[in-house]
Amino acid sequence: MIRAPRPIRRAALGIGVLAAFAFVGPLLYRVDPTLIDLAHTAAAMSAAHPLGTDESGRDVLARLMSGGRVSLVVGLAAGLVALIVGTLVGALAASRPRWLATITSRLLDAAMAVPAFFVLLVIVTLFGAGTATLIAAIGATAWMGIGRLVRAETLSLREREYVTVAAALGESRPRLFLRHVLPHLVPVLTAAASVGVAQAVLTESALSFLGLGVGPPDASWGNMLTGAQQNLGAAPWLAIYPGALIVALVLSCNSLSEAFRRRA
Amino acid sequence: MGGFLLRRLLQGLLVLWLVTTATFLLIHAAPGGPAILADPKLSPVERQAIEARLGVDQPLATQYVRWHARLIRGDLGRSFLYQTPTLATVVSRLPNTLVLVVVALLVSLLIAVPVGLAVGTRPGSRFDRLVGVINFTSLAIPPFWFGIVAILLVAARWRLLPAGGMVTPGQNADLLDRLAHLILPAAVLALPLSAELIRFLRATVAAGTSASHVGPAAARGLSAGTVLRRHVARNALVPLLTVLGLQIPLLVGGAAVTETVFAWPGMGRLSVEAALGRDYPLVMTIALVVAATVVTANLLLDIAYGWADPRIRSEA
Repeated sequence: MIRAPRPIRRAALGIGVLAAFAFVGPLLYRVDPTLIDLAHTAAAMSAAHPLGTDESGRDVLARLMSGGRVSLVVGLAAGLVALIVGTLVGALAASRPRWLATITSRLLDAAMAVPAFFVLLVIVTLFGAGTATLIAAIGATAWMGIGRLVRAETLSLREREYVTVAAALGESRPRLFLRHVLPHLVPVLTAAASVGVAQAVLTESALSFLGLGVGPPDASWGNMLTGAQQNLGAAPWLAIYPGALIVALVLSCNSLSEAFRRRA
Repeated sequence: MGGFLLRRLLQGLLVLWLVTTATFLLIHAAPGGPAILADPKLSPVERQAIEARLGVDQPLATQYVRWHARLIRGDLGRSFLYQTPTLATVVSRLPNTLVLVVVALLVSLLIAVPVGLAVGTRPGSRFDRLVGVINFTSLAIPPFWFGIVAILLVAARWRLLPAGGMVTPGQNADLLDRLAHLILPAAVLALPLSAELIRFLRATVAAGTSASHVGPAAARGLSAGTVLRRHVARNALVPLLTVLGLQIPLLVGGAAVTETVFAWPGMGRLSVEAALGRDYPLVMTIALVVAATVVTANLLLDIAYGWADPRIRSEA
């Protein structure tokens, strides 16, 4: 069996552990993350609540697990949306006819200069912040980097001999891209997509923290920090766990990206 | 340089057009349609007057043209929350955000340029590896969480700096007091930017020191410092400006989160309040004003390009 190089395995292990925590954890630790217990708010660690309770008396460990599902699902799905949109736009910006490529290219460069966060704000204000809306909105405001990458790589790859030969043999342009260019982009795109997922995780957590993403009663690592900030004095530990988990997930994704980039 | 600036100006207008069009389309796709721009608290008669002015019964193309005509006149509607013209409200908050962003930008440059030059000339050194680890971590820390932890330690535990706001309420706000309030939010905003800039400078400088013009410069007997300043750093300036330009939209977005954590009365915090209060005209106005600000900042950078790169200056 071929084994992936060590840095890739290590980064993948980090993501795997966090995914197991979020998806398998609730099967072993069966506590309702939304159960409010006003008699025991912001309680410290105990046998009943291994990581204590939050400002509404909800179990912190259970909320961390269910919040992790949100972060992972939204992060991965939004990263995928950005990957697909970015690849399509990038390919179009490097395609023929020339005028189409030029227009797409200019739009791509312009989109890069649009302050994405505020467009995101407009979208969640107008459409609300359901999971699907969040995924679409975060993905739709994060594809430009990948678009640029695909454009640059395609422009250089299509000058290669094997591509010009395939073109001379009469392969259609879309086929040329799919068969002869896209496979070569897989390593760089994997690296870019991992960073994309990390960015999407950060964006989701920021929106949820601001009260504009995942809202109560659902938990998200971001919105757990909103409550934590209001209880900083009484229960500072509430601010530590969710933040540390976000950092761990983003570090794992960025390490994975770095490992793929070194091989690309 | 004239031709170059003209092209960049057109590019800036394209960015603005993208934002106005996206906003227009989003408002029309939203549940409720463009009528949501009329304040639901108003009486039906007043609402009808606003809807008539918005022209919600007109064909889409007419509405699209009228929308841009209103934008050019600066008529962006009234805020539901504040009952003021949205543009005036946003513009009054803009300076506070600019102070924060510009200070964060300067701090990042002050940190990133020396550190980036140092690690770029000695890649693989112990200092380089340390900076690499710090950078990698800072890019993974959610800024709002960094802000919370900073408040927890620096403001609450050690009582060194104020936890939020721009000035101490009820006190004569002198420069020192303002600076004290500025330190934490500016640091939070500057952290990821510095990491990005150091990473970029390291790569550029490392490539620059092996460039074909650098060896001969050293061989002429110029000191290492002069070679670095005149032949390596000088060449890194133009790509550095490009990276700065790409970072500005992110920086402004980061300011919204930072301002909310530190109760900084800027446009970013206003945007979050507006979004939470479903104040559609205000959210929309902020998005447009931010876009215009970012475009202006990028144009200023383009003028700096001409100063940094003689090839651009001499271009027709």
